[in-house]
Amino acid sequence: MTQPILSLRNLTAAFPTEDGLKEVVRNISFDVAPGETVAIVGESGSGKSVTSLAIMGLLDKRARVSGQVLLDGRDLLGLPEKQMRQVRGNDIAMIFQEPMSSLNPVFPVGDQIAELLIRHGQVPRDQVAAEVLRLMDRVRIPNAHARIKDYPHQFSGGMRQRVMIAMALAARPRLLIADEPTTALDVTIQGQILDLIKEIQEEQGMAVLFITHDMGVVAEIADRTVVMFRGDHIETGATADLFTGATQPYTRALLAAVPRLGQMAGQDWPLRFPRVDMDSGTITAQPAVVDTVDRSATPVLSVRNLVTRFAAGSDLLGRPTGKVHAVEDLTFDLWQGETLSLVGESGCGKSTTGRSILRLVQPESGQVTLDGFDVLGAGPGDLRRMRRSGQMIFQDPFSSLNPRMTVGQTVAEPILTHKLVPRAQVRERAAELLAQVGLDGSMLDRYPHEFSGGQRQRVAIARVLGLNPKVIVADESVSALDVSIKAQVCNLLMDLQERLKIAYLFISHDMAVVERVSHRVAVMYLGEIVEIGPREAIFADPQHPYTKKLIAAVPIPDPARRGLRRAMQVDELKSPVRPIGFQPPKRDWRQVSDRHFVMV
Amino acid sequence: MLIYIAKRLLVALPTLLIVSMLVFGLQMLLPGDPVLAMAGEDRDPETLARIREQLNLNDPLPVQYLRWLGGVLQGDFGTSLRTGQPVSELILQKLPVTIQLAVMAMIFAALIGIPAGIIAAVRKGGVLDWTANIVALSGLSIPNFWLGIMLILLVSVNLGWLPASGYESIFVDPVRSLETMIMPAFVLGTGLAATLMRHTRSAMLGVLSADYIRTARAKGLTGRQVVLKHSFRNALLPVITLSALLFGELLAGAVLTEQIFTIPGFGKLIVDAVFNRDYAVVQGVVLCTAVGFLLMNLIADVVSVLLNPRMRAAL
Repeated sequence: MTQPILSLRNLTAAFPTEDGLKEVVRNISFDVAPGETVAIVGESGSGKSVTSLAIMGLLDKRARVSGQVLLDGRDLLGLPEKQMRQVRGNDIAMIFQEPMSSLNPVFPVGDQIAELLIRHGQVPRDQVAAEVLRLMDRVRIPNAHARIKDYPHQFSGGMRQRVMIAMALAARPRLLIADEPTTALDVTIQGQILDLIKEIQEEQGMAVLFITHDMGVVAEIADRTVVMFRGDHIETGATADLFTGATQPYTRALLAAVPRLGQMAGQDWPLRFPRVDMDSGTITAQPAVVDTVDRSATPVLSVRNLVTRFAAGSDLLGRPTGKVHAVEDLTFDLWQGETLSLVGESGCGKSTTGRSILRLVQPESGQVTLDGFDVLGAGPGDLRRMRRSGQMIFQDPFSSLNPRMTVGQTVAEPILTHKLVPRAQVRERAAELLAQVGLDGSMLDRYPHEFSGGQRQRVAIARVLGLNPKVIVADESVSALDVSIKAQVCNLLMDLQERLKIAYLFISHDMAVVERVSHRVAVMYLGEIVEIGPREAIFADPQHPYTKKLIAAVPIPDPARRGLRRAMQVDELKSPVRPIGFQPPKRDWRQVSDRHFVMV
Repeated sequence: MLIYIAKRLLVALPTLLIVSMLVFGLQMLLPGDPVLAMAGEDRDPETLARIREQLNLNDPLPVQYLRWLGGVLQGDFGTSLRTGQPVSELILQKLPVTIQLAVMAMIFAALIGIPAGIIAAVRKGGVLDWTANIVALSGLSIPNFWLGIMLILLVSVNLGWLPASGYESIFVDPVRSLETMIMPAFVLGTGLAATLMRHTRSAMLGVLSADYIRTARAKGLTGRQVVLKHSFRNALLPVITLSALLFGELLAGAVLTEQIFTIPGFGKLIVDAVFNRDYAVVQGVVLCTAVGFLLMNLIADVVSVLLNPRMRAAL
């Protein structure tokens, strides 16, 4: 093997806490060769980000870091801050997860790229502007010369990540550390960014250290993979070997827990995820889901020509200058015990659809019938009763529970508000609900911060269950969770559906999870459903170009199939903002097969 | 931008109208009678009635108010009941004094408070942070009047370095003017400096933990570039808004400070006017202050917009 560019030797990082030093990364050792891509993979709390920040010397001052970080044989840990600054951005560049907040909002993007060139003296001053333009062109920012003076907020997430990459490349670093660079991006944009990183890597021969939790991304780009778990280095190996013959139980468990697109062929109904024990790696298959849908009954939710638009911009008198056509002429039904998934990329209107149906935002027109209630025409009293039938679970389990209320109070609140149980029995009922979601009744008096992300999401589910809802809108409810936890929460949702015949409107961008839990799938693009049909039809026989693109963009956790994903073009979701008085075109539909429709 | 300013000025008009009504109404509720104050020793009912009639004080309140408002719209703020001088003249005389005091106090507060806040944030938990916090807390807790009197005792009476009171226009004798103003400005500025320091510190702390600061550090920028360029520009936004709101506090403080140092400014004018039930003067001064306050806020908002590209886009 050639001389590695980066070598970690027994890297350990600890933070002072009330109970003394807490090690968050222990004895990590691995090498990165020039031109190689190494992935660090692990769940939240595995210490992968801390490792990358320790390499850059960017950890909090209080952190205690020991071991060695060798860059070309020179130990960076002992380096004075002044010399370390010469390394950062110059020898090692870094891109981060949050493209929305990683650029300084008050400086034009061109200046932010130029700053790095000037700092490291890469090009003469009079050529800086030309070089910035070349870099922006290189990362394929369309119309770069016109956008050089634009500010970060004028770019989409994907474009901002391109700016970050341009910045990282400016000094031609020999190592690029990419910390979850595509996690916050839509799947089609993710593909574009991965392609870009790979292309530039080949061109410049730079090494890439790629930090991710996504096995699909790992399979797609990493030559070798380092697996981390709770601060420990579990194993390292060539990516292909790890996927086929991991020696450590945890690695096997992690791989087994990953939902894979295409596993559901031939299945009639949703399928529970197998139970994976992360410590021992044992995999236990779960009982199949029984058929829960009776299509001969009246749909529990029926949406007709739903339109939701928001005002955009404002003129001198404060009148809107345009309208965001967030939801445009949506029509669909949802039966008891059925899961209909709404998929699409950010900004396509899927969350607004969920909110409109429960009248959490005010739709402009259309008709929504939920459990017999005319939702859009309901007065305050009916609306209140309607709220019992339709409930919502949100994405972020950390911010959707009130930190000052105990879990018991959180779960009891809706029951009390709707006077469903006499006050004296509320506590008992709350304990029952916690039991239903797999939490112990003794946890009633604890506060949300004492729970993990998965447990909090269970609490959020228990809270809505208290009202015996007929329909639950689950808005990206499992997206923020680690794979193993994600599988558990999905299984819980399926258990509840089986027992209580709940219908789910499952809003998600994660196609692999959608394939697992759905009976039917609706694909949304710019506020409209472009294709809707039974899950198997959508995945096996997609008709609309956008559906095809969406499915093709999902990274497949199988290194053998690397590169099969078609090279993707640089494009962005178009804007749903229209001028006032815009008349949306009349749409026609074509029936592909039973219950499978596509927009023509 | 101009449209934005025009819009804001338009919105300010009703505010001013409400302020003037409140002031007009409230001072009528005050005990005491300006006519009695004017008549002095000569209190026979006939004289009193005649003065009342001359001043139109027998008209219903709304009529009095509208008459006054009509005058104001033509630039006539009425005349002082006490001295017979036009109110506008009084205001023009006293206003520059208070503006000088306020500006100097603000400059002083900004020069001390903002750098102290930045240093405290960068050295969070360190000795400098502690020192800055303790000094700031002292600045907030020590009453203006006490500090003023102590300074007069020390600097003027014992050391004889600066005059204890008086005022000279900056256009007539700049050196003398600064000499008389420096102590009052310091006294008035301490509390402000402390507030500014605390807010700059917390704004900086928020910004320093932002993702884009991590990006800036990952680029290998120097500490100075990270703190002064990337952090401070963002932290400045809330501080500017706050400074405009502090302007009100500044005027309230100026009343007291001008009393201590016997500076013939706005503060002294309004105190005297209230004691003498000199309605026209009180109304004029309050209206002027309200205009000043609204202007300060408008300026602060405009500066914020200029500094913040996201808000520029929203215009």
